[in-house]
Parts: sequence; structure tokens; C-alpha cells
Amino acid sequence: MRRNVPFLVKLLAIIGFGILYVPVIMMMIYSFNKSKLVSVWAGFSTKWYKELWTDDILITALYKSVLIGISSATISTIFGLLIAIAFVRFASFRGRLFLSLVASAPLVMPEAVTGLSMLLLFIAMEASFGWPSGRGIDTIMIAHATFGMCFAAVVIQTRLRDMDKSLEEAARDLGGRQPFVFLSITFPLILPSIIAAWLLSFTLSFDDLVIASFVSGPGSSTLPIVIFSKIRLGVSPEINAVATLMILSISAFVILGSLLVLRRDGKK
Amino acid sequence: MPPFIRIQNISKKYGVLQAVDAVSFDLEKGELFSLLGPSGCGKTTLLRILAGFEVPTSGLVEIDGQNMANVDPADRPVNIMFQNYALFPHMSVFNNIAYGLQRASLAKNEINHRVEDLLKLVHLTGMGERKPATLSGGQRQRVALARALARRPKLLLLDEPLAALDKKLRSDTQFELVNIQEKLGTTFIVVTHDQEEAMTLSTRIGVMNEGQLVQLATPNEIYENPKTRFIADFVGDISFVPAKINRQDGDYWLMDAAVPIYAACEHNLEAGKSITLAIRPEKITLTPEASGKINEFPVRIDDWAFYGAGTQYRVTGPGGIKLKLFQSHNQPSNAQLRPDQIETGFIHFAPESIIILEDK
Repeated sequence: MRRNVPFLVKLLAIIGFGILYVPVIMMMIYSFNKSKLVSVWAGFSTKWYKELWTDDILITALYKSVLIGISSATISTIFGLLIAIAFVRFASFRGRLFLSLVASAPLVMPEAVTGLSMLLLFIAMEASFGWPSGRGIDTIMIAHATFGMCFAAVVIQTRLRDMDKSLEEAARDLGGRQPFVFLSITFPLILPSIIAAWLLSFTLSFDDLVIASFVSGPGSSTLPIVIFSKIRLGVSPEINAVATLMILSISAFVILGSLLVLRRDGKK
Repeated sequence: MPPFIRIQNISKKYGVLQAVDAVSFDLEKGELFSLLGPSGCGKTTLLRILAGFEVPTSGLVEIDGQNMANVDPADRPVNIMFQNYALFPHMSVFNNIAYGLQRASLAKNEINHRVEDLLKLVHLTGMGERKPATLSGGQRQRVALARALARRPKLLLLDEPLAALDKKLRSDTQFELVNIQEKLGTTFIVVTHDQEEAMTLSTRIGVMNEGQLVQLATPNEIYENPKTRFIADFVGDISFVPAKINRQDGDYWLMDAAVPIYAACEHNLEAGKSITLAIRPEKITLTPEASGKINEFPVRIDDWAFYGAGTQYRVTGPGGIKLKLFQSHNQPSNAQLRPDQIETGFIHFAPESIIILEDK
């Protein structure tokens, strides 16, 4: 179907997408710049990628970010799944409204507020029973899992709500008992949304700067924190290279996640 | 000996809504019973109570002498075939049917053997490895039936078993369902809103309305002697004529409607009482000329429709009585009365074919 799009709409679209993506593309191009100056093109080179590979601070930060991402995404997904089941499969229970408010508030809460409140909680916990001792990878993990879980719950809830309830009833009718019914019927059918929720939580954790800045401690700087502190000392093309790699890997995750959700929906 | 299935005073309330209202009936072993009623009449709730998915507010369900209260759906000797079939989309046909057998911890070769037998029973031999999404509607329905029969339930519940099939397939499947039921001797309860389905399938029908069981009888009895105006209207086509009882006249009762109508009635009627007379379209005969029979009067033909096997007419009689009638073409249709050639005629019907509904 071809439609005549008015010129103004086309122009606005081009400007809009331009503002969004031209800087990203520029940054990617300049990551292959030979010159040390970010704004002067001096020919093609991959030396910043090589340098990146040998930059211990960045590599350590990357390793920590991935570690935090994987563990917090896993925790988020498990709790998100439980929240989703509670909301979709149990029509009424005590505190349902309260839980729904609590579970959706972090979606709209400013990250600085989440970060600060987490920090205060960790300090108070340490003061009263000595755990967590200081801030580090574990505190970032907990903070990320806390807000990732809300996103995971939303993603899984959508899929679970679409699932035909009579499938579970049929399984029970045929002699299945919980948790077997869940494992044999429900879980395989909502698996794509569980994977999508995990990928989303991982991505959110991986590129979070604000919350991590509040709850990180010495020696636990994640990749975004390291990049941000490096930029304050002047932008090096190395950062462009890191950013390019981050964008590519996150895009890959997001596309994979959306494809999983789409494939499932397309099948119905 | 207690009845095979005993349903006693089952009620279910959702808040203020009385979904099922004191329903009681017994079934014999091997019966094919239909619960018939419009949507929202409580028939599906009753089915879910029997399957164990809903707990009745009060009442008792007994199957083969065993009280079903507090028995988990997984442990009941009851299986259900869902309206949308509820086949597990991620499992093959074989695994769908085997699901209930695996839960019963049967030996592997016993399971294989039983699934093969069931596939044969529903004419799906060789389809075991297919996924439900690759099957036609009729095939899916048969997989659902096989899966529900796999655990050899004492009672099989079928929720609108034919609703998702197209019309042609429906009548074939209907006979197939009856065949399978007779072969296995399992007691079936079919829930349906389709009166034709209920009549052709079942040995007995329970008609439900607003949560209550309003009549329980054979299909024939329900069609010929409906207890209430609701049943008369819901089951088959019918015309109603308001009237008042006048007096007994010979073998018949004289009714004062817009015209005097003679009706047969086996029991005594109370003169002067307002009633409703009901008559099925196929019981009325239309002729071009008067023949001097009892219950004969002139009518104007308002409308007609050709059905192949017969023609349906809508006519207006004296005093504005509106009636529907159906003339079957037991002769080549062009040799009979041609509806497009006449505008008036005479109708008559036997006093025995009139149903007297006493107004409440």
C-alpha cells in the first residue's frame, strides 16, 4: 500500500530520526578515527579498539557490568515471574492493590530517588546488622534487581494474561498437580516472555549509570561509571569504541528480545 | 442401589448472582445427557462444578456412590472436553493424549498402546507426531475427545463439543460422537445452547434457565410437551396464541381466542382461566379451499420462504392471530400449492397438536 505522505510530515520524520541517530552514527564513525582528537578526522584505524582491549580498567568494568547484569537480570526475572503469576492467576488476595502500586512505582520513579533511597537503606542496614558491609557489586546487584523486577513483571504479565486459562485447567483435569502443571504447560508457553524479560532487565542493568553511582563503592565501578568518569577528563576516541560496542551489543539484545515476543504473537 | 451420578440441590452463588439454583437430577450409567439452555443460564457453571473447578455453595455431587466434595479435579473420575479444546499447543497429538496417562503413572508401553487405540478410535492413526496447530478444526476436536477419554473417566463432560465446527462437519461429528459413546458406554454430559444438537445427541435433556433446571425429559417429550413458554420457545419453532378456557365440549375443550379453537387436554381445566396456546409450524396444514374440518379458518399469507424440504409461511388469521407454518414437500414441490400464486388460504390443525401452557 502506497500512500502520499505530505512533505512536512516527511521532513519532520527526517529531522526527528536525524536528531536521534546522527550523533550515534557520528560517534561510531569517529571510533575508527586515527587521530587522538575526537573532532578531527585523520584516516581510518582500529587502534582504539586494540587499545581498549588492553585497558585494564575498562575490561574490569565491563566484566563487572556483565556479572551484575546477568545476576540482577536473573533475580529480576524470577521475582517478576512470581509477581506476574500473583496478579494474573489470583483474582483477589489481601494487599493486591498495595502490591500493584509497589510493583509499578519504580517504573516511574526518578532514578536518582531510587538510587538515593537504596543508598540510605544499605547504610542503615550496615549500621544495624553489618550487612552489606560497604557498597560494592552486591549492592548494585540488589538495586538493579529491584527495579528490573518491575519491568520483568510487566513483560511476563502481558503474556500470561493472553494465555488461555483452560490449558491449565485441562492439565489439572487430566490428573496434573501443581507445580507439575506449571512446569509442563504454563512455563513452556510463556518462556519467550521470560527470556524477553531477562534480556530487558539485563539491558537496563548494563547501561544504568545513575543508580549504580549511588550504590557503588570503591573497586566496583561498572562500565557506565568508568566511561562517565573518563569523559570528565576529556573525551578519548577509546570511549567512542566502547560506546560503539555497547550500542551494538545492546541493540542485538533488544532485537533478539523483540523477535522472541513477535514470533510468539505471530504464531497465535 | 444409588444412581450412578447423583446431583442433589446444587447451588452456586457469585455475590448476589445465583448462577445455579438448587439443581437436582440423577443419571444412569451410559446415559448421554444434554444440558440445554441459553448462554448465562448456569449450565457451564454446573459443568465446572462437576469437573471440580468450582466449589458449589451448597449441594452434593456423587459419582458411582462416591461423594465428590473436597475431591481435587485431578483425582475425580471425571474428564472434560473444553469448548475451545484447550489442546496443549507445544505438544504433539501423541503427547496431548498421553498427558493424562503419564500422570496416572502407567508403564510406557501401556501408554503407547492406549494412545494408539485412541487414535484409531477417533480416526487419527498416524497423526500422533503432528502439532495441534497443523490440524483442521474437526481433527482438533477428535484429539480433544481422545485426550478426554484417555483416563477412562466414569463421566465425560463436553462443553459445546460441536460449536467450533462448520455445519456440514457438525452432523457427521455428531453421529461419530454418539457411536463412540455407545461403543465405550461412558456416561456423557453435553452442555449446549443448540437445541438441535441436544435433540439429536441425547437420550435425555435437561433444560436450564436462569440457574434452574426447568424440565428434564426425553427430546421427544420436551418438543411435544414443553412445560413452560420459555422451553416451548427455546426448543424448535412455535407460534403462541393467547386464549381463555371456555368449557368442555365433547372430547375437546373450547378455547376463546380471536377465533374459537378446540384443544385436547387429558386433565381437567379450570374454566375462565387465561392460558397460552402453542402450536408447532409443521402441525398446521394450509389448503387453498375450505374443507369443513375442525379448527379451520381463513388466513392471509404475509410471507413465505422456500427451504427445499418444505416451505415456511407466516400467516395472519382472523383477529390478527399471527402463525408460522411449515408445509413439507412430500410431493414434488411444483405439484403442490404454489406460494407465489396465492395470497389467501385456509389452515387447520388437529386439537391434539395444541400445547396448552398455563400462564403463571
